[in-house]
Amino acid sequence: MTLEFIVATGIGWVTACGIYLMLRARSYPVVIGLTLIGYAVNVFIFAMGRLAVGAPPILRDGAAVSDPLPQALVLTAIVIGFATTGFVIEMALRSRHESETDHVDGEEPPR
Amino acid sequence: MTWLQTHLAVLPVLLPLFTAVALLAIGDGGSGASHGSAALGRSRLVSVASVAVGLAIALLLAAGAAEGDLRVYRVGEWPAPFGIVLVIDRLSALMLVLVQLVALPVLVYAGGGWDAHGRHFHALFQFQLMGLAGAFITGDLFNLFVFFEVLLIASYALMVHGHGRLRFRYGVPYVVLNLAASALFLIGVALIYAFTGTLNLADLALRIGQVPAPDAAVVQAGGMLLLVVFGFKAALVPLHLWLPGTYAAASAPVAALFALMTKVGVYAIVRVHGVVFGDNAGASAQMVESWLLPLALATCVLGALGALAAPTIARLVAWLNVASVGTILAAVGLLSPQGWSAAMYYMAHSTLIVAALFLLAELVGAQRGQAGGRLEPAGPVAQPALLGTMMLLAAASVAGLPPLPGFLGKLMILNAAFGSAAGPWVWSVVLSIGFLTLIGLARAGSILFWSVRAEDTATKAGASPRLIGATLSLLGAVVVLAVFAGPLKRYTDAAGLQLVDREAYARAVFGSGAPASPVRPFGRGDRP
Repeated sequence: MTLEFIVATGIGWVTACGIYLMLRARSYPVVIGLTLIGYAVNVFIFAMGRLAVGAPPILRDGAAVSDPLPQALVLTAIVIGFATTGFVIEMALRSRHESETDHVDGEEPPR
Repeated sequence: MTWLQTHLAVLPVLLPLFTAVALLAIGDGGSGASHGSAALGRSRLVSVASVAVGLAIALLLAAGAAEGDLRVYRVGEWPAPFGIVLVIDRLSALMLVLVQLVALPVLVYAGGGWDAHGRHFHALFQFQLMGLAGAFITGDLFNLFVFFEVLLIASYALMVHGHGRLRFRYGVPYVVLNLAASALFLIGVALIYAFTGTLNLADLALRIGQVPAPDAAVVQAGGMLLLVVFGFKAALVPLHLWLPGTYAAASAPVAALFALMTKVGVYAIVRVHGVVFGDNAGASAQMVESWLLPLALATCVLGALGALAAPTIARLVAWLNVASVGTILAAVGLLSPQGWSAAMYYMAHSTLIVAALFLLAELVGAQRGQAGGRLEPAGPVAQPALLGTMMLLAAASVAGLPPLPGFLGKLMILNAAFGSAAGPWVWSVVLSIGFLTLIGLARAGSILFWSVRAEDTATKAGASPRLIGATLSLLGAVVVLAVFAGPLKRYTDAAGLQLVDREAYARAVFGSGAPASPVRPFGRGDRP
């Protein structure tokens, strides 16, 4: 099993769980699902800089280096994801308060 | 003055940012603020003044861009493609002017009372303007993502401005869907970066054609994911379902401002799929050709049908927004400078007219007592002649009747489609949805103004001159588009040609030196 295989499978599994939770259409699972997808995307960006063991993103004479740019992009994506997750939780709480249901459509689906 | 010349390009982003921070410091008098508290009055003044200055800056930039020069701003003096560049060409400058032209009347309208219905309306409005301006001038794909997030997070808060159950009913799905779209955006960007080693748009346009065939499939997958994201923002069928309910539920000034949001998606499609994945992209050349035009025409038809079936006037306008985006994207989908030129003119017109219609919808609804904006017989409105005339003018332009700019824009699109393989489709769809739109608006207008229940004679107050004036100035801007159609057409023609001149764009971005920066994806060879 190569490193690539393990990382790719992990990303796929976490994304699948995130999509499943988002389709539950209840605010708490949806928020967790969005967070999982966010994690998967962050690792995906990281992996797109190519995977390497023991290669810091710093240029030194003769030492192995890895591409620093995806790591910078991930940092930005993490910060933005954190802020939007906080916002969506607040929004879901307000919606729960206004509509008295935690369904994302603001009303219970007909049984 | 040289200082101003140097930094003019970054001001459309910095001015709203600093204004927003200042507005947060000024505050708006707290949650229990009565209408017209002192702090709110100061906020209004600062906000409107800032947008007026923004309009002046945008016009200055447009005047510069009209000369044909590309204005490039290297943030922090980092050389491209390593640093972030802001690039203002004709298209960017046109979009900047459009943003400010819509924002100014909408802000004046919101000052008529809507901004007192919740906290920090003006600060959020300025953050939204910052995101819009940034998205229109950035020359970097990841930076585009960041500005998308800035404008989106402001829009999430603006969407539920005024609160109420209906706004949260549509607000929560709006936020969740946009967050999912952001995840797709990042995946698409990462896929493109993985095989080109750059995210600078000028660099990408040169490099994407050099990606060898097996890897090009991955780059195309990334590009298609970006089409999904931009199509979602632009409400391209089948990703339009969120729009009508959301826009109809938002407060009138917010919905009018959101008329600009769909255009961000259109703009990004032109920049990325039109130019970067254009005809010099090697294995990925014109990859959206078989997708964009059919989907855009379907968007036109569905938008017009939705307008026919709309139960309220706000929903009718929201569906018209979908139809107009379809028309613009049909012109974009021709993937020719002529098509893009027509798309730009029609985009300027449709953004202004949709914003005006959203404001007008609320003005009319407010004067119909219990019935509100629902399309059913009700008592007479207080100002039938004034509102009726405004409605007629707006409707005629949306439907594309001469001599209004809606007609001119559609004529340009038909002209650009003439001779292309998809020409007959574009002609028949654009002409028939004009007819459908006319029927939908005639139905709405006759119910609103003529199906009057005489027994309902409760006296209603007319709209204040401030609200009428703001709406009228948007309509006035539409009329100006018709009067100056000639010079504008020359400008958009030049803008379309400028977009396909990728070498000139790259020369401007990279400076006089050749773009020979050894940027390429990290491979095994890079690791000693």
